[in-house]
Amino acid sequence: MQTVKNNKKEKPILEVRGLTVRYGQGCDYCLNGQPLLKNSCPHCKTVWACNDVNLELYPGEILGVVGESGSGKSTMMKSIYFDFPVTEGSAYLQAYGAGKANMFAATAQQKKYIRNHMMGMVYQNPVLGLRMDYSAAGNIAEKLIAAGGRNFGSMTARASQLLEAVEILPGRMKEPPKNFSGGMQQRVQISKALANNPQVLLLDEVTTGLDLSVQAKVLDLIRRIRQEFGVSILLVSHDLAVIRMLADRTVVMLEGKIIERGLTDQILDDPQHPYTQQLVHSLL
Amino acid sequence: MKAILKIEHLSKNFYLHEQQKLISSCRNISFELDKGSFIGIVGTSGAGKSTVLRCIYRTYLATEGHVWYNSLAYGPVDLVNADERQIINLRRAEIGYVSQFLAILPRTTAFRHVTDAALEAGFSQAEAEKRAAQMLDYFRLRRDLWGLYPATFSGGEKLRLNLAHAMVKAPRLLLLDEPTASLDPDTKLLVRDLLLKLKNEGTSMLGIFHDLEFMEGLCDRVYNLSQGSFTE
Repeated sequence: MQTVKNNKKEKPILEVRGLTVRYGQGCDYCLNGQPLLKNSCPHCKTVWACNDVNLELYPGEILGVVGESGSGKSTMMKSIYFDFPVTEGSAYLQAYGAGKANMFAATAQQKKYIRNHMMGMVYQNPVLGLRMDYSAAGNIAEKLIAAGGRNFGSMTARASQLLEAVEILPGRMKEPPKNFSGGMQQRVQISKALANNPQVLLLDEVTTGLDLSVQAKVLDLIRRIRQEFGVSILLVSHDLAVIRMLADRTVVMLEGKIIERGLTDQILDDPQHPYTQQLVHSLL
Repeated sequence: MKAILKIEHLSKNFYLHEQQKLISSCRNISFELDKGSFIGIVGTSGAGKSTVLRCIYRTYLATEGHVWYNSLAYGPVDLVNADERQIINLRRAEIGYVSQFLAILPRTTAFRHVTDAALEAGFSQAEAEKRAAQMLDYFRLRRDLWGLYPATFSGGEKLRLNLAHAMVKAPRLLLLDEPTASLDPDTKLLVRDLLLKLKNEGTSMLGIFHDLEFMEGLCDRVYNLSQGSFTE
C-alpha cells in the first residue's frame, strides 16, 4: 500500500512571510537593511526582535524552532497568535480565506475568531495562558464560550473529556490551576488550547522546568494529540533531544532571523551554520 | 531508469567553523542498486561507510553529486536536493533506515513503537496493529515483551525491534547501518535469515557490515570503501 500523494506540492496549513517585529522607529541605516549589532541598530537602538521570518507549516507536521534566549522565538509565536502587533509581514492560514487572505490584516473581530477557532497556544509561563483563580474546567469553558459555546452541560462534558485526555483526574477539574503542580498546569494549558479543535497548535517551551517523568508525559501527550487530533504543531524548545524526538523539520533562529532550516536529523547531525554547530556541540 | 537507486559522484565534506577545518569523508562515489538486489559495503572504521548511507537518507547534506531514487510517489527524485516534505513522505512510506541504536520516545511500549510507524505510513489503526504484531512475531520478539518499554531490552531485542519498526511499513529500499554489530552469533543468523527473506520478497537493500561471513550469499555485490573512495 502506498499512501504518499502524488501531488507534487503540498499546501501548507500556515504560511508566514517576511514577519518582522520591531521595537522602535528605525532609522535610515537599519531600515535599509544595513548590518545590525546583534538584533539592534547601532545608531537608533531599534530592536529587531523578528527580522524577515519565513516559514511554512504543513498538515500534521511538527515544526521545531530552536535558538538561544532572545533570538525571537517567543516573539514569533506570540505574533502569530496576535499577542504582539507585527511591524511588517503576512501570514496565511488555510482555514482563513482559503489561505489567500493575510491574517495579520484581519479586523479585530476576525482575529478573535481565528484565535479562538483555528489556533491554540501554550505559553512557557502558565500564568499567561491560564486564569489561575478559575477552575480548570472553567478555563476550558472560557475558551469554549469565546467560540460560541453556551450549553453548560455540553461544555462540562467537553472539559472533562479534554482534561481526561491530558490525564487530569476528573475529581480535580473544579479546582483552580493555582493549586496544581507545574506539569499539571502545563497539561491544563494544552487541553485549553485544544478545546475548539484548532488546526494549528503553538507550543512555547512546554517541557521547560518539568522533571523528567512529567516531561515524558507531556511529550507523549504531544505526539498523541498529533495522531488523534491531526493538528499541526509549531514547537519551540531549548531541549534538542525533545526536538529530535518530535519534530519533522526544524528551523534555527539567531538574532531575530532564521539562519538554518532542514530536516531535524540533518540539522542536528550535519549542521551547516556556525551557530548551529556551536549549539549542537554544546549538547551533553 | 532501471535501478532503484543510482549514486553519481557523491562527495561529502564537513566544515567545522569553530576549528576552521575541512574534513573530507567520502569522495566521488558512484554505483547503482538494482531493484531487489543487496549491496554490501565494507571498510575500516572512519572510511565513510555510514556517511554514504546518511547522505542517501538525507541526514547529511551531500557536498557534491546526486542520489537518484526511483520512487513510487514522485518518480525519479534526487535525494540530495529534493524538497524536505518529499523526503519526509518517502521516509514514511518507502525508505527505511536501521542502525544499531534505538531511538524511541520515553514511555512508549515496543508494540506501540512499531504500530506508530505503520500508522505514519498511512495504515488504519486495526491494520497497523495487525501488521505490528506480524512483524514482531516475524522478528521473534517474545510476546511478553511487547507491552514493555524497550529501554530495558537487551541489545539483540532492541535491534530486532528496530528492524520491525523499519520493516512494518514495507519499505522498498532499506538502508542498514551495521545492524549486526554487538550481536551474538545466533541472533546474527536469525537477522541474516530475515534479511534473506526480505530480499526474496523484493526489498532492495544497502548494508554496512563488518562480518564477511555474514554477507556471503546475502549480498549480490560487495564494495570496499577505503580512504573515501570505492573499489568493487
